[in-house]
Amino acid sequence: MKSPSQKLTALALCAAATLLALPAHAGKDVDAIKKRGELNCGVNTGLPGFSAADSQGKWSGMDVDVCRSVAAALLGNADKVRYVPLTAQQRFTALQSGEIDLLARNTTWTLTRDASLGLTFTGVNFYDGQGFMVPKKLKVNSAKQLKGATVCVQSGTTTELNLTDYSRANNLGLKPVVFEKLEAALAAYASGRCQAYTTDASGLASSRAKDMAVPDDHVILPELISKEPLGPAVRRGDDDFAAIVRWVGFALIEAEEYGITQANVDQLKSSSTNPSVMRILGMGNEDTGKLLGLDKEWAYRAIKAVGNYGEQFERHVGPKTPIQLPRGVNNLWTKGGVLYAPPIR
Amino acid sequence: MPASPPPHSRRWSLNSRATRGVIYQVIALALLALGLWYLAHNTQLNMRARGIQSGFDFLGANAGFDIGEKLIDYDPSQSYGKAIWVGVLNTVKVAIAGIVLTTVLGVMLGVGRFSRNALVRGLCYGYVEAFRNVPLLLQLLMWYLVFIELLPAANEAWAFGGLVFLSKGGLSFPWPTTGVGAVLGGLAVGAVAGVFWRRRVQKRFEATGQDGDRFWAPLAMLVAFALVGWVVAGMPRAWSVPEQLAFMVDGGMALTPEFMALLIGLTMYTASFVAEVVRGGIQSVSRGQDEAASALGLNPRQKMKLVVLPQAMRVIIPPLTNQYLNLTKNSSLAVVVGYPDVVSIANTTINQSGRAVECIAIIMLVYLSTSLTTSLVMNAYNRRMAIKER
Repeated sequence: MKSPSQKLTALALCAAATLLALPAHAGKDVDAIKKRGELNCGVNTGLPGFSAADSQGKWSGMDVDVCRSVAAALLGNADKVRYVPLTAQQRFTALQSGEIDLLARNTTWTLTRDASLGLTFTGVNFYDGQGFMVPKKLKVNSAKQLKGATVCVQSGTTTELNLTDYSRANNLGLKPVVFEKLEAALAAYASGRCQAYTTDASGLASSRAKDMAVPDDHVILPELISKEPLGPAVRRGDDDFAAIVRWVGFALIEAEEYGITQANVDQLKSSSTNPSVMRILGMGNEDTGKLLGLDKEWAYRAIKAVGNYGEQFERHVGPKTPIQLPRGVNNLWTKGGVLYAPPIR
Repeated sequence: MPASPPPHSRRWSLNSRATRGVIYQVIALALLALGLWYLAHNTQLNMRARGIQSGFDFLGANAGFDIGEKLIDYDPSQSYGKAIWVGVLNTVKVAIAGIVLTTVLGVMLGVGRFSRNALVRGLCYGYVEAFRNVPLLLQLLMWYLVFIELLPAANEAWAFGGLVFLSKGGLSFPWPTTGVGAVLGGLAVGAVAGVFWRRRVQKRFEATGQDGDRFWAPLAMLVAFALVGWVVAGMPRAWSVPEQLAFMVDGGMALTPEFMALLIGLTMYTASFVAEVVRGGIQSVSRGQDEAASALGLNPRQKMKLVVLPQAMRVIIPPLTNQYLNLTKNSSLAVVVGYPDVVSIANTTINQSGRAVECIAIIMLVYLSTSLTTSLVMNAYNRRMAIKER
């Protein structure tokens, strides 16, 4: 057995090592991801349009495209992603503990989460609001008519809080039944245990299309009871990585604004004379990547891999998909929406 | 006269085995404390470095979320601490109800394994094998699905005499609006009085052979004391009676499908283990005891009650305690069926407040204290039941 003094020395050394390791060494997450050659990305366990795996295990959706575009910019290959499906409960712990590098899982950006969970939100990839879905046969056409109703909810979300606030503000006396798993909450709603199911409107549309036996038997009520800006988050402490994720997001919005698409990006890269386009694609002397610790073609690769923001929207959740969401506020600022990316320059 | 201690003065010496023992103990304890302190400190440092806030101050903050099922008044403007307390009480509620039902069902099944009727024997055997060998999680989901799939919607509940309603919304029945506590208190006093009465009868029976009334007097005491409780509460007559509304059945007392699924699931599962514990206990009583009881002319019922079970109890109680503890701890699976137990509410709290370490610590503390309380009670019972050598 070691003598107490040896033990003490060892402990002191451990403590010292912990203390020394504390100052946030800039770029440690970026270094770790590059060294690993793979981005660990936390996604929803199954929310079509945002993050869902097909029968071959291939992930797709708006949130999945965040992972793919960051991997393309940082690692040069959009497929170098390991997807970690997470429930609402698990997501923050997974990020805090380092199990994932990037959380791209329809997570609402709120002050409390931003300031107290040890993470940094890098932007918004979908502006959403919480709504209600009810069976058509209840003949309810406004959330205000749900007096005394039981509402199925998934635990660990801002949804629970908004539901409570709305119920109290309108004196509705709504009764929550809280499930850990999305599937369980939906099953209880589908069986009629709850008169309504509530989550973000995008999630309602997605679940109605995928999980309801007859989607037309259910209506989504017009009221949106909250603001839900959904966006990716990274662990606090590596500003370099946060900046990369943030600017990849901005680049995809800028790309839409300047008409750069997955289809024409190669052609534009060889021939465009528009200075903005040239800057985004890293042509000529313009090296936007250097400041982020990336190479010149970071944004080019991201656009090539997943398309611009508008293309992603159309592909995953737009009117031509089963989810059928209108572009609404998620349109460019030039087209009546709120998407306004700071300039890449 | 008490013997005086031997005149043996102990000198403090490093060579003394006892002294060295004490020193080693102190060193071991110090190292353990140091290790724990290091773990806690390191966690804190890391959390601070990552900007994760910590501390228990959040317990006083506004919770903001509602809870579907509660034993005490709670509204969303109250604190996280209160919300977690609601969860603790929900856990205790399902645990106590589960333990009582499990004991009844488990003992019946265990005794049933010795029935002379082959059908009863076979059914008990089949029950144990079926419920013991299917994971509890699946059983809970199954019960929950049975409830919410087979029962009618809450707006077309089955009504029994316009008083009791059964639907996907749960089981609703009339319930007095006030005075419940006083009546229950009266019942408790009555039960204690009944037990004392029976003890006195037993004592007299043992001393004189004269048997007394063991059933009607205690029953009368129960009723009388309950009545006293009711009178003390001011003879309240108001009942809350459930009625059918547009979406739901409102009023009265309601057992939600979540609670029932959890309670039935836990009870059916744990009872299969309790049945085996009871069977083992009964089999541990030697055959001679049984034969001796027969020789005294006792019938099978009397043999079981007066000779076999009392002896089996001392084998049964320790493993039975384990099953009670298992049941309590397994109730943490509640979240899969949407029952707001302490784990479910603490999980929500973690997500709203971000205090994962603190909330997990609270959950651990809650289960530790409920489990220790259970074993304390059971150990005391065990000592009472132990063979007394006189």
